[in-house]
Amino acid sequence: MANHTVTFPITDPEEILKLRAGDEVTVQGHIIGIRDRTQIRIFDQGVEPPMDLSGAFLLHTAPNVRKVGEGKYEKICIGTTTSARMVRFTEPLGRQYGVCAICGKGGFPDEAIEPMHELGMVYFAIVGGAAALETTQIEEIEEVAWEELMPECLWKFRVKDFGPLTVGIDAHGNSLYRDVQTRAKAKLEELFARL
Amino acid sequence: MSTVVTDLQHAVEDAAAHLYVWSLKDIPQDLRDALAAARLRETSVPGKRVLETIHKNVNIADSENNLVCQDTGIAVYHVRVGEHFPLHPARIYEGLRDGTARATIEHPLRSNAVHTLTRENTGPNIGYRLPIVHWEFIQDWDGLDVKCVPKGSGSENMSFLKMCVPADGVKGIKQFVLESIVGAGGKPCPPGIVGVGIGGSADYAMHLAKEAIMRPIGTRNSDPLVAQLEDELFELLNETGIGPMGLGGDVTVLQCHIEHADTHMTLNPVAVNYQCWAARRASAHISAEGDIDYDREA
Repeated sequence: MANHTVTFPITDPEEILKLRAGDEVTVQGHIIGIRDRTQIRIFDQGVEPPMDLSGAFLLHTAPNVRKVGEGKYEKICIGTTTSARMVRFTEPLGRQYGVCAICGKGGFPDEAIEPMHELGMVYFAIVGGAAALETTQIEEIEEVAWEELMPECLWKFRVKDFGPLTVGIDAHGNSLYRDVQTRAKAKLEELFARL
Repeated sequence: MSTVVTDLQHAVEDAAAHLYVWSLKDIPQDLRDALAAARLRETSVPGKRVLETIHKNVNIADSENNLVCQDTGIAVYHVRVGEHFPLHPARIYEGLRDGTARATIEHPLRSNAVHTLTRENTGPNIGYRLPIVHWEFIQDWDGLDVKCVPKGSGSENMSFLKMCVPADGVKGIKQFVLESIVGAGGKPCPPGIVGVGIGGSADYAMHLAKEAIMRPIGTRNSDPLVAQLEDELFELLNETGIGPMGLGGDVTVLQCHIEHADTHMTLNPVAVNYQCWAARRASAHISAEGDIDYDREA
């Protein structure tokens, strides 16, 4: 299990292909905050996102912020939400917009493995609930779009040493979540036999 | 409204406003100890990474005076009212609601409350039937205990109910709890507290499961049979290998707490309510005179 540092957005797909499930990753550069309502607007209501998502790192978040001016927000506490609710957006995010990394907590179900493999995408597992730490790694909220969806807007954050993240699903068809579930289900059979 | 009532209602409001923010920032010692023990015990690489990060996060929340987790949850209160406490529960509720709103606006905290159909925000973490209060009434006492348990949605979404039949027995209860936690995987932010409610009716079993997650970590049910089931399920759950944040490992849960009620001879309900590792709670004891004594550990 290797350690990597990756700066987003990326232009070279190799940056993603070198990552393997279980690896530890620290992220630099810019990341984009997105959540349920943001993606419902893009894909179910067909509204084009006003930010470039190619090569982007998306974070499943809805931050606590303080408004300090027109379209300007200051961070209070920024953490990460459960990804599984938003799994159906994985393929269109990659295919239509060129997103190459999605970061959230709790993992994606197995239906994300194949599109991520095909489109060269990766899922990063962050530690859910560790928002105090995450907030210190977000240097600034640089842009906000769709403020009327507060707090489920489209956010652009500049980050420094964001992580540690674990590669949960890689671009080669591997998923830690699938492996853990397979082992746990076999273990359950054994435990049930003992009851 | 008399002066006494107004002052007491303000005391309840002040307590709620303080508890909501405090519980979000400063987690109790029993939880800190349980997380430290988990960190020592875990052997998987991703699992250790998660528990190290949690440890760092709790320390940063302390030093930066920030929220441990960004999910300010829905405010849930457990309230014990002495029969001689001189403020009616209708007014206690008003105080809790106003305190929740005040804390949300003043801090400010993220407001999560929405209408369940329109999904439009309903106010500063208040709304129709929000916050949620669990009431307990105590004889021969004139005090009031308020415990605030902000409940995050990641773990609340991992709630499960099964109406087992009597023939399923205790084995059926154990199987359902195990299947639920394996199925939940990393979604509820493990390792946390598995709350189990057994007996009563369908709705009451879930109510009891929520009460179970509000207890200090590792406390045991006063009924030895139920306490034994808590011990057994705790061991079994940690054998599943789900691990911290579902990435695989030795520590899947910090504890299993069970609350029970007697039930109908043909019922065997079992409810599971999960509390994430950031199992936030804080309490206040309020006297009949309106003095507030804050308590992080109750």
